[in-house]
Amino acid sequence: MTVQSPAQPPAQPAGPDPSTPGMPSPAAHGSAGTAPAASPAFARRTPLAPRSGWRRRLTRLDEKGAPYAYVSPFFILFGIVGLFPLLYTAWVSLHRWSLIGGQGAFVGLKNYTDVLAQPYFWNALKNTLSIFLLSSVPQVIAALLIAAALDSGLRARTFWRMAVLLPYVVAPVAVALIFSDLFGDRFGLVNHLLGLVGVDPISWHKEVIPSHVAIATMVNFRWTGYNALIFLAAMQAIPRDYYEAAMIDGAGRIRTFFSITVPQLRATIVFVVITSTIGGLQIFDEPRMFDQYGLGGADRQWQTLTLYLYQLGWTQKNFGRAAAVAWMLFLIVVLFAVVNFLVTRRIASKGSR
Amino acid sequence: MTSRSSRTGAPRTRPRHVVLSTAAVALLALSACSSGGGTGGSATQAAGTGGAAGGPVTVTLATFNQFGYEELIPEFEKTHPNIKVKHKKAATSNEARDNFFTRLSAGSGMADVEAVEVDWLPEMLQYSDKFTDLNSPDVQGRWLDWKAKAATDADGHLIGYGTDSGPEAICYRSDLFKKAGLPSDRDSVAKLFGTTWESYFEAGKQFKAKSKVPFFDSIGATYQGMVNQLPAAYENPGDDSITATDNAQVKKVYDQVVQAGITDGLSAKLQQWGDDWTASFQKDGFATMLCPGWMVGVIEGNAKGVKGWDVANTFPGGGGNWGGSYLTVPKQSQHPKEAQELADWLTAPEQQVKAFKKVGAFPSQKQALESQDLLSFKVASFNDAPTGQIFADRAKAVTMTPYKGSHYFAINDAMQQALTRVEQGTSPQESWDKWVSDVKALG
Repeated sequence: MTVQSPAQPPAQPAGPDPSTPGMPSPAAHGSAGTAPAASPAFARRTPLAPRSGWRRRLTRLDEKGAPYAYVSPFFILFGIVGLFPLLYTAWVSLHRWSLIGGQGAFVGLKNYTDVLAQPYFWNALKNTLSIFLLSSVPQVIAALLIAAALDSGLRARTFWRMAVLLPYVVAPVAVALIFSDLFGDRFGLVNHLLGLVGVDPISWHKEVIPSHVAIATMVNFRWTGYNALIFLAAMQAIPRDYYEAAMIDGAGRIRTFFSITVPQLRATIVFVVITSTIGGLQIFDEPRMFDQYGLGGADRQWQTLTLYLYQLGWTQKNFGRAAAVAWMLFLIVVLFAVVNFLVTRRIASKGSR
Repeated sequence: MTSRSSRTGAPRTRPRHVVLSTAAVALLALSACSSGGGTGGSATQAAGTGGAAGGPVTVTLATFNQFGYEELIPEFEKTHPNIKVKHKKAATSNEARDNFFTRLSAGSGMADVEAVEVDWLPEMLQYSDKFTDLNSPDVQGRWLDWKAKAATDADGHLIGYGTDSGPEAICYRSDLFKKAGLPSDRDSVAKLFGTTWESYFEAGKQFKAKSKVPFFDSIGATYQGMVNQLPAAYENPGDDSITATDNAQVKKVYDQVVQAGITDGLSAKLQQWGDDWTASFQKDGFATMLCPGWMVGVIEGNAKGVKGWDVANTFPGGGGNWGGSYLTVPKQSQHPKEAQELADWLTAPEQQVKAFKKVGAFPSQKQALESQDLLSFKVASFNDAPTGQIFADRAKAVTMTPYKGSHYFAINDAMQQALTRVEQGTSPQESWDKWVSDVKALG
């Protein structure tokens, strides 16, 4: 947001005004916000002329190089912790590589073709997409609604805001262990409660969709509060006069929510959707702890891509194939991110900001 | 110069809320960047601390399921004042194996003494150069020959000290048998079960005719007992090549157990070690199960308060062994001498008998098998069953040790999943075909 002084007269030359020596002209003030050396008070001296050449070079270096120095810590860290493992994984995926034995022969793209030929890979991809959709979509909607509720005039507001964050603080493994017990096929609490309402017991650990629903429930339990707080922060930045204007025009709460709140939150919704996508495609903790073997079910009913990767790398000790799956997962996530970006660019261009 | 925002007339408190919530979100985002550390944190304990000239040395011990060492460790610490022991337990052998190989490949993070189960011992022996040679005059002749031989690598190094073995009998609910009008005392039930799988399943059909309770817990668990009687189920002993999918004996056992469990309806379809299986002990989930010595401890734990469990001194097919473990000392350990001392002490005959009395881990040490202490032991909650004598008899009935190669665990695991699939509704042929392709994918 640029700073503008009100009622700015049309641009006037920034140079010294010979008619008023010693007195700064208003025009000079307006356009000289960041270069005090150009102020007409020093007009008689040559502007910005350090006395020696190396000092001038140093200053220029400082001006041009300082921004890069400020962002370099992040990029150095990213290089070590992000970029190098990415490239090393690609290197591993091109070889026959055993977990304990180490590097084997170079096999080119054989690991990739092997993995793509395995029906378990496509099954894992299908499961991943299914769990991702079942978790991200309700999560974002619920987070929006919860944030709207938290934004309205509640009593003990701070308590409620802390409370929605509690599920996020609990360790995911603990949540998974407890929920998978609750969703037990024979003696679980959920089936017991469903029985009270007259519904037949659901095979949470046997059938595909019920298992996805159970896992998505765990993921939603953890992340809805977190996303709700992000939405809440964004909601509180919405200028209140919009709401006042809407109230004057006679809009109800729901109309206000859909016509003012949601459009103003476009950028935040985009952010939340992107982060949920990236996280949702890599879910590991919850499906792994859903049964005692951690393989994703006897028929791989709920095996996600990360679980399949773990099985290949650590149970079958085939690191080369696991690295191939890791890179394919990376490409899938990048693909989703690019699609997200293109879609939201169109939405954002239509929006106010 | 004035900025636009302060001229909109918003109340002064609004910016403070924005600041606070933005700060909160920023903190959350930072923590999110670092989250995902998850389970790794607490479990990585570096091997040993202290040890400098006389200070107490801390040695870590990693076991799984029930080894019965809870009361033995304080005893060890008392008699070895310079050694402190930290005991970590994994819930199942599968978990322990995952953990074991992950940390072996990482080069650090293993405990000083690691327990290994016989099913994945051959797999681990491939990397025997990463483990300390534990041979010493103290332990010469301590174990049964086949037990010690299994843990000796090609160069003659003894890599593991044997702990327990798993001679199997059949545990059953005498109260449910009585309700069904069948004989319920140990000897009559042993006669009823007979000595073949056919007679055992036949007894099951008789029971099913008179009771609603399923006969055994799962076809996976029953298969485990059957496959351990095949001399070379999955691999060729000569060259360790995989022969599982062509072995007619494996197919025969598969068909037999599917017939009994699914077609004849004897199975309760409760997968072992799952939440439902654990809870079912309290709810009359099933009436019998194949019972190696260490299962007695598991049943005691899960079936607290339930009266009526007993042990029949028989086993279909004659004799069978399921499980049995070893204690190893990885070369990663910072205190190999103290670790070896701990492993030596824990696997001594006297200590193994104590572990047996605690959780039923039946000794594999020659001296222990002859001890009066063992043979006269009775378990109160199992109707005073003389488990020491029973399992000693069952151990004598084990005539051969099956060959288990480096792929045994993976192939058997895949078979367990195939059997679970059948119990969950997949057709037996389809499940078998999937198993065949799983085994082929291992090669």
